[in-house]
Amino acid sequence: MKLFGRVFAGLAFAGLALMAGPALAQQDIKIMAPAAPGGGWDSTARSIQQTLMQTGLAKSVQVTNVTGAGGTVGLAQFITGAKGDPNQLIVNGFVMVGAILTNKSPVTLDQVTPIARLTGEALVIVVPASSPHKTIQDLSAAVKADVAKAVWAGGSAGGTDHILAALFTKAAGAEAAKVNYVAFSGGGEALAAMLGGRVTAGISGYGEFESQIKTGKLRALAVSSPKRIEGVDVPTLKESGIDVEMVNWRAVMAPPGLTAEQRKSVTDMIEKMTKSKEWAEVLKARGWDDYFMAGDTFDAYLKSEQSRVGDILRSVGLVKS
Amino acid sequence: MDALASLAHGFAVALEPTKLMFAAIGVLLGTAVGVLPGIGPALTVALLLPVTFKLDPTGSLIMFAGIYYGGMYGGSTTAILINAPGESASVATAIEGNKMAKAGRGGPALATAAIGSFVAGTIATAGLAFLAPWLVQIAVNFGPWDYFGLMVLAFVTVSATFGDSPLRGLTSLTMGLALGLIGIDKLTGQSRLTFGVPELLDGVEVTTLAVGLFAVGEALFVASRFKHDPEEVVPIRGSLWMTKEDWKRSWGPWLRGTLYGFPIGALPAGGAEIPTFLSYVTERKLSKHPEEFGQGAIEGVAGPEAANNASAAGTLVPLLTLGLPTSATAAIMLAGFQQYGLNPGPLLFAENPGLVWGLVASLFIANAMLLVLNLPLIGLWVRLLAIPQPWLYAGILVFAAMGTVAAKPSVVEIGMLFVFGFIGLLMRRWDYPIAPMVVGLILGPMAEAQLRRSLQLSLGDPMVFLENPGSATLLGIAALCLIAPFVMRNLNRFKASED
Repeated sequence: MKLFGRVFAGLAFAGLALMAGPALAQQDIKIMAPAAPGGGWDSTARSIQQTLMQTGLAKSVQVTNVTGAGGTVGLAQFITGAKGDPNQLIVNGFVMVGAILTNKSPVTLDQVTPIARLTGEALVIVVPASSPHKTIQDLSAAVKADVAKAVWAGGSAGGTDHILAALFTKAAGAEAAKVNYVAFSGGGEALAAMLGGRVTAGISGYGEFESQIKTGKLRALAVSSPKRIEGVDVPTLKESGIDVEMVNWRAVMAPPGLTAEQRKSVTDMIEKMTKSKEWAEVLKARGWDDYFMAGDTFDAYLKSEQSRVGDILRSVGLVKS
Repeated sequence: MDALASLAHGFAVALEPTKLMFAAIGVLLGTAVGVLPGIGPALTVALLLPVTFKLDPTGSLIMFAGIYYGGMYGGSTTAILINAPGESASVATAIEGNKMAKAGRGGPALATAAIGSFVAGTIATAGLAFLAPWLVQIAVNFGPWDYFGLMVLAFVTVSATFGDSPLRGLTSLTMGLALGLIGIDKLTGQSRLTFGVPELLDGVEVTTLAVGLFAVGEALFVASRFKHDPEEVVPIRGSLWMTKEDWKRSWGPWLRGTLYGFPIGALPAGGAEIPTFLSYVTERKLSKHPEEFGQGAIEGVAGPEAANNASAAGTLVPLLTLGLPTSATAAIMLAGFQQYGLNPGPLLFAENPGLVWGLVASLFIANAMLLVLNLPLIGLWVRLLAIPQPWLYAGILVFAAMGTVAAKPSVVEIGMLFVFGFIGLLMRRWDYPIAPMVVGLILGPMAEAQLRRSLQLSLGDPMVFLENPGSATLLGIAALCLIAPFVMRNLNRFKASED
């Protein structure tokens, strides 16, 4: 039965894979998604796979999933296993910058070769429809008045949502170390806590709350991105006078030990991919914003994000200096 | 009435030949991955997502739902036959199911699991169609304190799995709770008891512990006694099919299991494990044959199996009505919806009634297909038990190790599997029950997180557990369950002395 199951699954996959489209041939590429199938990094890796093959930029692309410890298990495996191989890539992002610090990871992003930032997702700050806070300034004033009573709901401790709550608290003029942040596993529970009116405010990626915001069950007060989300009438934190800007970006990186030419050719391939119409379609279907950035600009950006995240995690006490 | 008309329309969609084909592919794949250890429905749906990108959304979502239901069916097969629960929701099934299989009653055990799953799946899907909007209101209002009450109740009931010696049961439970502490603390992000091993940061996987203790431990135990005191396994005794007596003893547990599974599955943090344990305990208490529990009682298979399938349907309630994913598979199905630009939630029913009701209708169809697919397979499965013991157990070891590596490719994981297997051997040798250890690992971290979350929300005031009617009621029932046996015993003694 086991063998039968395998064969059957294989046939089914092969049948469905016929839809995958033409491939023009070049390289065999391996992309590591350091997370379980279905999450943001995994879907980014699989979208890259799909686009590289459809555009013919690569002959075959294989995605592997290595789960564990906010991606740092995968990162460690990538650094030792893929060293000097220009045909391997790893997907990571803002979340990993924090995970490396909170997990005291022995490997860091300084040990890989940054290629490009690809996509970004704005976070949104929401309150239940019944909340007395009508604007982001109301919420800011409430946080300043009594930081412990302002209960935040969001994803895992030390993740993007937590970091934004801490940055917001700091910008509101209260002590970031005192932020009362309740970590929920998965978007579902956090959303339920908000719909049930048990917390003051909640933070998540805009997409997760979109449906609830549109039906008026949650009120979106502000988004964290530098510019407004297209077609969404919610102000940014910056334009509301709160000096915080944050995007949950996702990037693709190459192993350590690449030559300058190798790095350039990988970067060119990824850049060509992001300019293709197939990639544009993927972004549209997934609801991701294009945050392409490569080369020295991306190196500098990565450095600044690392130090910013380090500072805020130290100030909330998640990382002991 | 409105819902009925919509459902009729849904059946019109779901009975189209292409949709039927998708449902059939889904349930076949689902059953296959449910039987294979390590590959669960979540992983399968995730792997299929990119290839279904260009297919018709309704068809692929029907297929995904078929995989989900099919996985729930398949998981019980390995739990019953080889004592290797493929997912945490099947742990309760393994306790009695494997004992039945060894006593030659594997056929009725698999049959009551399959029919119970069908009954529960059908009732729960009807619940999904008619009660969803109402049920979801309750689910959303279920706070962390209420969850904590539910966990405490579940903890109290664990004692039913203790066997003869409460001390040994508590020791086993405590070991499970200690294992549950390993990993990143969910509320502060700090690592606990990981000793610098990055693989431990995510905690101990429930399936690794369950397969290690149940399957590997048993294989080692059988091997250790093979020469001197071989245990007799009877492949088939009596009928392969369920007897009249079996039917009579199964239907009650099926219905009660559904009553636990569906509402708890619909809770955002309910899950499938708690209803299976609650159902196991209830059946044990209500059974007319309590002496059979621990030796292979059919009620102990029928109830938990119904509960875990009903909870799978329950999970779809918050997913469809609110866009809340409450299990790994549901989260990936949500990604599937989003890939087609559909956002599950209150708007979906209004914007896309054909898809939603087509999906609900196809769940009924998938359930019927699963029953037709699984009943004839029972005869084949049971023959597995006729394999000579050394071969069978060697096969189980390979199967268990392969499944663990497939789920998490790491040396640490396989090392843990065999350490747990060895612990399982020692526990069997000195007569410690193993189920409480698994229960401790499942419930411990959940209870801790909900307790601390409640206190965080109430700003440190413990009265929150008594002020909320939901948690107060649940804690009250838990207290009653704890005290009642003592009171009853004293009452009996009192009566006896009066005579």
